[in-house]
Amino acid sequence: MSNLENLYRQVIMDHYKNPRNKGLKDSEEYYSVHLKNPTCGDDLTIQIKVEDNKITEVYHDGTGCSISMSAASVMSETIMGMNLEEAKKVINNYVEMVKGEEFDEEMFMGDAIVYQGVSQFPARFKCATIAWKALDKAISNHENCSHRHDEEKIEVK
Amino acid sequence: MKVNDIMDINKIRKDFYVLNNNDLAYLDNAASTLKPKQVIDAVTYYYEKLGVNIHRGVYRLSYEATDLYEKARQKVAELLNCQFEEAVFTRGASNALNLIALSYGMNHIEEGDEIITSELEHHSSMLPWQNVARAKKAKLVYVPLNEENKITVENFKKVLSNKTKVVALNYISNAMGYMTPVEEIIKLAHEKNAIVILDAAQAVPHIPVNVKALDCDFLAFSGHKMCGPTGIGVLYGKYNLLKEMEPIEFGGDMIDYVGLNEVTYKDPPYKFETGTPIIASAIGLGRAIDYIKAIGFKDIMKHERMLRDELIDKMSQIKGITIHNPNTDTGIISFNINGVHPHDAASVFDEENVAIRAGHHCAQPLMHCLNEIATIRASVYFYNTREDINRLVKAINKAKAFFENFM
Repeated sequence: MSNLENLYRQVIMDHYKNPRNKGLKDSEEYYSVHLKNPTCGDDLTIQIKVEDNKITEVYHDGTGCSISMSAASVMSETIMGMNLEEAKKVINNYVEMVKGEEFDEEMFMGDAIVYQGVSQFPARFKCATIAWKALDKAISNHENCSHRHDEEKIEVK
Repeated sequence: MKVNDIMDINKIRKDFYVLNNNDLAYLDNAASTLKPKQVIDAVTYYYEKLGVNIHRGVYRLSYEATDLYEKARQKVAELLNCQFEEAVFTRGASNALNLIALSYGMNHIEEGDEIITSELEHHSSMLPWQNVARAKKAKLVYVPLNEENKITVENFKKVLSNKTKVVALNYISNAMGYMTPVEEIIKLAHEKNAIVILDAAQAVPHIPVNVKALDCDFLAFSGHKMCGPTGIGVLYGKYNLLKEMEPIEFGGDMIDYVGLNEVTYKDPPYKFETGTPIIASAIGLGRAIDYIKAIGFKDIMKHERMLRDELIDKMSQIKGITIHNPNTDTGIISFNINGVHPHDAASVFDEENVAIRAGHHCAQPLMHCLNEIATIRASVYFYNTREDINRLVKAINKAKAFFENFM
């Protein structure tokens, strides 16, 4: 498989064309985080609902490239039903994976593993992680009981 | 016609380490150009043989460094056809454009005045004036773009008024490659006693620019877009304007007399060059100007336009792509592969070692006009070849085919 085929796996393009859990809910029950990458125009909002320390609902909406949009869909499926501690471990593990560093393959359930190919395209790291960064922020906002609605920009690196 | 009919391209390409060391079709010249070894050598010479500060050093090394720095300024003055004193070294075009707005703008613009700019601008041309307009309660007025998103004299006349104090426009658009009809715009603006600032970052590297013939009041460009080092640029200003303008930075080298409660400044250009300047990069820019002049703007323009025509011709035959500026005046071509996000396409180009730019090109208002989040931009320079064009066309076809698989 070429680097490119490895980056754009069928499953990624499937999540891009047919995103799961897309569309936001108009309710105060959710913690939402809106992230923008001003350099490329990616614009993503994610919402989570936490009940008994467990993520019971995840939604996302936004515009951007196939990597960033599909990753939001995959993230929503991956972490649905996880408790917050598990979710935080998965986020870290995912970030290590797309950076090309050592990670725990066993930890992923579902499609997140296919983003391994991103490590060969460092310029796409931010695309692959924007949804997961938003999730991380939403979890910490929940834990600190702050910001039900958060707006942030990804810093240019 | 062959590329080699215009210039000895293979000989030129040998001067560029990056081209020799990489199997690369470099088509991101509007963002930055590559640097030939002559420029790198000039920078290295300063660091290896001199390495000292300029102007006040009373010893030989400092004298030679000063001489090289000021000779570079002389080269800039000859390039633009301005006086030596009218060429201010800055960190780049953005820095120069900000200097004009912060000094001239903040001291001359009053409530109710109008500043004309356009949606075709690079953010660096437009945002300094948005800032002045906000601070001074002045009005920022946008030249309506025509159906091709060009600035026309006719549309400029629609927004020019007795309230117009400043006109800040690009000479060549970085995102679309259009040449603004600046000669007539400058004449019209001067009839209303407005000053004209040209963002010439995409012009000076590619076409002969004569500020006296244009009669523009200010003009800015960057060294790194014309084979020079990064971190160096030029602000040209008419001497009488520079003379009465306040400096925006205060400190070393820019002063004449300093007392405890009063100060007098040097004359231009020095009152705007506070602190130790970017000596090595200025010297490198001087060498870059020599290098470009030796090739000659006539041949550069001819070569770039030949490559542009070939690229547009080949791209027009590919179905499913949108060229936003088929009538581009220069070697800048902006396009989208329908249904494929530019960043997805860019990763395919990257795999093919074709360097292009995907994004908003620091021109977000224009992206709204085009109704795109981002575009892909290819931009040529004199060292590009037909082979580079073929590689880009191949990469476009590959990206199209690759993503069509998933549709």
